[in-house]
Amino acid sequence: MIFALIGNQNSGKTTLFNQLTGSNQHVGNFPGVTVEKKEGRIRKTGDTVVDLPGIYSLSPYTAEEVVTRDLLLDATPDGIINIVDATNIQRNLYLTLQLIELQIPMVLALNMMDEVTRAGGSIDIDALSRHLGIPVVPISASRNEGVSELVDRIHKTAAEKLRPQRLDFCEGEVHRAIHGVAHLIEDHALAQSMPVRFAATKLMEGDQPTIKRLGLNQNEIETLEHITSEMEPALGTDREAALADMRYTYIERLAGRAVHRGGDTVEQERSVRIDSVLTHPVLAIPIFLCIMGLVFWLTFGVIGAPLSDLASAGIDALAGWVEGAMAAFGLNPVVQSLVIDGIFAGVGSVLSFLPTIIVLFFFLSLLEDSGYMARVAFVMDLSGRSFVPMLIGFGCSVPAIMATRTLASERDRKMTIILTPFMSCSAKLPIYAVFTAAFFPRHAALVMISLYILGMVVAVLCGLLLKSTFFRGEPVPFVMELPAYRLPSAKTTVLHMWEKAKEFLYKAFTIIFLATIIIWFLQTLDTRLNIVADSSDSMLAAIGGFVAPLFAPLGFGNWIASTALITGLTAKEAVVSTLAILVGAGDEAGLTTLLGQLFTPLSAFSFLTFTLLYMPCVAAFAAVRREYGSTRQAAGVMAFQTGVAWVVAFLVYNIGGVFI
Amino acid sequence: MTLADLEVGQRGVIAAVGGEGALRRRLLDMGLTPKTGVMVRKMAPMGDPMEIFLRGYELTLRKEDAARIQILPAPPRES
Repeated sequence: MIFALIGNQNSGKTTLFNQLTGSNQHVGNFPGVTVEKKEGRIRKTGDTVVDLPGIYSLSPYTAEEVVTRDLLLDATPDGIINIVDATNIQRNLYLTLQLIELQIPMVLALNMMDEVTRAGGSIDIDALSRHLGIPVVPISASRNEGVSELVDRIHKTAAEKLRPQRLDFCEGEVHRAIHGVAHLIEDHALAQSMPVRFAATKLMEGDQPTIKRLGLNQNEIETLEHITSEMEPALGTDREAALADMRYTYIERLAGRAVHRGGDTVEQERSVRIDSVLTHPVLAIPIFLCIMGLVFWLTFGVIGAPLSDLASAGIDALAGWVEGAMAAFGLNPVVQSLVIDGIFAGVGSVLSFLPTIIVLFFFLSLLEDSGYMARVAFVMDLSGRSFVPMLIGFGCSVPAIMATRTLASERDRKMTIILTPFMSCSAKLPIYAVFTAAFFPRHAALVMISLYILGMVVAVLCGLLLKSTFFRGEPVPFVMELPAYRLPSAKTTVLHMWEKAKEFLYKAFTIIFLATIIIWFLQTLDTRLNIVADSSDSMLAAIGGFVAPLFAPLGFGNWIASTALITGLTAKEAVVSTLAILVGAGDEAGLTTLLGQLFTPLSAFSFLTFTLLYMPCVAAFAAVRREYGSTRQAAGVMAFQTGVAWVVAFLVYNIGGVFI
Repeated sequence: MTLADLEVGQRGVIAAVGGEGALRRRLLDMGLTPKTGVMVRKMAPMGDPMEIFLRGYELTLRKEDAARIQILPAPPRES
């Protein structure tokens, strides 16, 4: 059987999901949206559970809500596990009441019961169950208590098709109106296999998708309008508020009867105290910068670097061994080259930063699951949460793009993904280093800083541009919960980390593998498919030459530059090595002189600008594609970034040409 | 007066929720409904957003959104 796991954010849903499925998880994306979809098998019974994104309601507005509604209506699961945070029960039950309207067999998992009891509170499970009309199972997901009973209960409830016993949470005017509407649309709902009650309340909320789904005719729409507008003056409020109010009124009364609040839980009190420091008006931002600095230092420096080096060394050793083995077997030298220079070099360099990614995600998971990230958004305001992926982007775009998943809205996620690569990643540093040494030896620092700032400025400008064009008209309600600080369980964090690592590995071995082979191919063979001794005769160079005129207005319309840029698609570090090979430089000094023949200081800067902004490496492309869930859109993003790069480099070259 | 006008530590009762579409729905869904009691916990370091306490949990929202919520100030409770 298939169950849907639904609940608020921060209700312990992920922890429960992990307890239920162990590592038998499969993570993917809902197609076309940056919304994650997780599925797993429940170890005990073999049923499948789908973890849906944390939501507060079933409104038609956010991507997460829409994706959940569509799943519940179109691919109706056999049962719903509704996880509710007992320390926050009122707001959590708001979603519960809407789920009940769907008339799908359902069990309420009341999580964090241990915290409630410790605070001296209590909840009358029977009363709760009776009034809601669904079974209620108290659990503590982090301690793995009650989970077994929950699994049995939902299995039984679904197998016996026990639907929620209670539907009416309303009274008075609202009650009359709901029943009136239900009556009106009954046959439409049945024809669409849509639960009548759910359809009725959604219609009254003015839910456009529901109106479309039911296929109401003009007459019916007018009658609906009539019923609803009659209700409004009687209540003194509009329809949406009326329904929200109805639900919360019921919940308040229910809570009054069944929930005895002992006082603030230990977690809540502690959170307030921690927050007095972490969200302190003066200290908060410096503290945030320190924490991020610490994370980066640990990730890219202390832990990450040694592990990366270890990984690189390991891969080199393996490559050496394979090379020896291939030679021993007398394998065709071409194949040898393919394997060593192509596959090992390409995939290997990417794999060597796997340790860095794992460590980074460990820390990010820790920050997210503990509740600190919510404070970051609070402290940094507006797109505060976009800040973190962008900061990561200064190290490497790939984990930065993966990190955008934590952002609240679809729009923010998509935009941040597009803008993050403008934050110059560390792989581009060698390129800057070589060029500044060659052309701006006395102003090296200035040039580097100006590049980084240029990246940020372009990001801001593009952000504004995107906001007013593609992403316009999607209001981003910045209304967010600040959950109590909780120490995430080791199991959850490790699973989180492992998930990300698996994803990364998968990407490395598919797209990147393919790309490196293609580039190797283009680099080693000429247009008649013979091996070339000199790279300048290869297909890649031919392509570079073909593309070169495009860069003429930017000041570097030569085939060497464009070929180097193309190899930059596999990994930005390749740009320098390609340049070195193509100009025939033996060492650094040689490279400097030979570059001087290809570029002028101005065209060098324009080249650097282009490198800064154009589409990132294939690994990043794979990450973007994964988040967007669509190759076409990802390609569009790449095109946009490259386009921006071209325009800015053009401006730099031509406006700069006026001054210099 | 609106929610944005409340001082830190002040309490109030929501009279009406303005705004429209997704934003308004979000406010209502999160429990900011008429007749609900709220308390302003604190302001963010840069003055915006604000953190409020309602229905037993902490919520953060922007001042410009809080300005759409009509409030009746409540007398400070003896706690």
